[in-house]
Amino acid sequence: MRYDSPLAAVGNTPLVRLPHLSPSEDVRIWAKLEDRNPTGSVKDRPALHMIEQAEKDGRLTPGCTILEPTSGNTGISLAMAARLKGYRIVCVMPENTSSERRELLTMWGAEIISSPAAGGSNTAVRVAKELSADHPDWVMLYQYGNPDNAGAHYATTGPEILADLPSITHFVAGLGTTGTLMGVGRYLRERVPDVRIVAAEPRYDDLVYGLRNLDEGFVPELYEESVLTTRFSVGSVDAVTRTRELLQQEGIFAGVSTGAALHAAIGVGRKAVKAGESADIVFVVADGGWKYLSTGIYTAETTEAAVEALQGQLWA
Amino acid sequence: MAIEVRIPTILRTYTDGEKTVEGNGATLDELFADLESRHAGVRERLVEDGKLRRFVNVYLNDEDVRFLDGISTELADGDSVTILPAVAGGSGTAMGITGRR
Repeated sequence: MRYDSPLAAVGNTPLVRLPHLSPSEDVRIWAKLEDRNPTGSVKDRPALHMIEQAEKDGRLTPGCTILEPTSGNTGISLAMAARLKGYRIVCVMPENTSSERRELLTMWGAEIISSPAAGGSNTAVRVAKELSADHPDWVMLYQYGNPDNAGAHYATTGPEILADLPSITHFVAGLGTTGTLMGVGRYLRERVPDVRIVAAEPRYDDLVYGLRNLDEGFVPELYEESVLTTRFSVGSVDAVTRTRELLQQEGIFAGVSTGAALHAAIGVGRKAVKAGESADIVFVVADGGWKYLSTGIYTAETTEAAVEALQGQLWA
Repeated sequence: MAIEVRIPTILRTYTDGEKTVEGNGATLDELFADLESRHAGVRERLVEDGKLRRFVNVYLNDEDVRFLDGISTELADGDSVTILPAVAGGSGTAMGITGRR
C-alpha cells in the first residue's frame, strides 16, 4: 500500500484470526492490530482526526499550543502530528507512568507536566482543566469529551472491521476514553443486527485501586451506556496472563490493556460455545508491548512473577 | 454446587479476613443468602430492597451483573463472583473507567 505521507498511513490495519486462542472452530477470535499505526497505537486515529477537525473549524491555527491530559498513547500520537504540523504541545500525565512513555513524548518534542499519582488519569484530567483555565489561548482537544475521538473510529475503524469481517458478532475493546467503543459500536449497531459491543475495563490491585479511590469517579463525556451490550472488569492477573498467552501462542507482542480486552473476548467466546452459537469476535490490540518492556512481564519465569512485577502500576 | 466469591478488603471483617470464600446458590440472590448463613451481616452490605446496592459492583466471571440479570443472574458450578465497592460519588459505573490513554 502506498501513501503520500506518514500521517496519511494511519489506519488500514490488519485483522488476524487467532487459531490457538479461539475457543472452537465456530467461535473465532480476531485481533485488530492497531499497533501497526505510525506511532504504534490505536490513538493515532483519534489524535489525527481531532487535530484535523480542529484545523478545519478554525480552533487550531499555526503557532497554537496544544494541551492534553494523557498517560501516554494519545500524547505520543498528538506530539508526532504536532511536530509534523508545527504546533507546540504540553501533555499532563500521572507521575507513576513508565519511563518509556516519558522518553517517547520527549522524543517527539512534547513538554510534560506531571500530575500526582493519586487519582491516576482522573487527576491528570483535573490538572489539565486547571491549566486550560490559566491559559485560555492553549487548545485542549480533550479526548474524553471530543466527539471527533469517537468520530475517528466511526469513520475508519468500524468500516475497516466490517469490510474485513461482515460476519462479525462481537466487538471488544478497552474502556478508557470510551472513544473506540462508542465510535465502532455505533457504526456496527447501525449495520449489523444484534451485534454485541463489549467493554473491558481494568481492575487494579488494592494498592492502585486505593490510590484511585482518593478521587471521585469520572465518567468521560463521550460515554453512552446504551451503546454497550456488556462490561467486563479484568484484574491484573488475567490481563497479564492473556498478554503472555497472546505472545507465546499467537506471536503477538501487545501491551497489557490488550490482554484485558483478550480476556473479555475469550469470556464472551466461552459463553457462545456454552450456548451452542457460532461467533466472530473482534478485539482491539491497542498497542504493542514495547512501552511495557521495563515491567519485565514478558520475560518473567512465571505469570505469578510477572504479576508481581506489575504491582502498583497503572497498565491501561 | 461451589462458587468462588472474591471479597473486597472493606467486607473482609465479615469473612475473618478471608479474601476468597465459597458459596452455593442457583442465583446471585441465593448465593448472598448462603453467604449470610456463615458470614452474618454481609448480605445487608450488598443488597437493599431486594436489589444490588447502588455502590456495589458484582461481577460474574468478570462480567458486570448489571448488564446480565442483576441479583437474579443465574450461577453455575465453578463460576467465580467478584464483589467490589464502586467509587463514592461515582455513578456506580464510573469505577476505573479512565484508563491510561
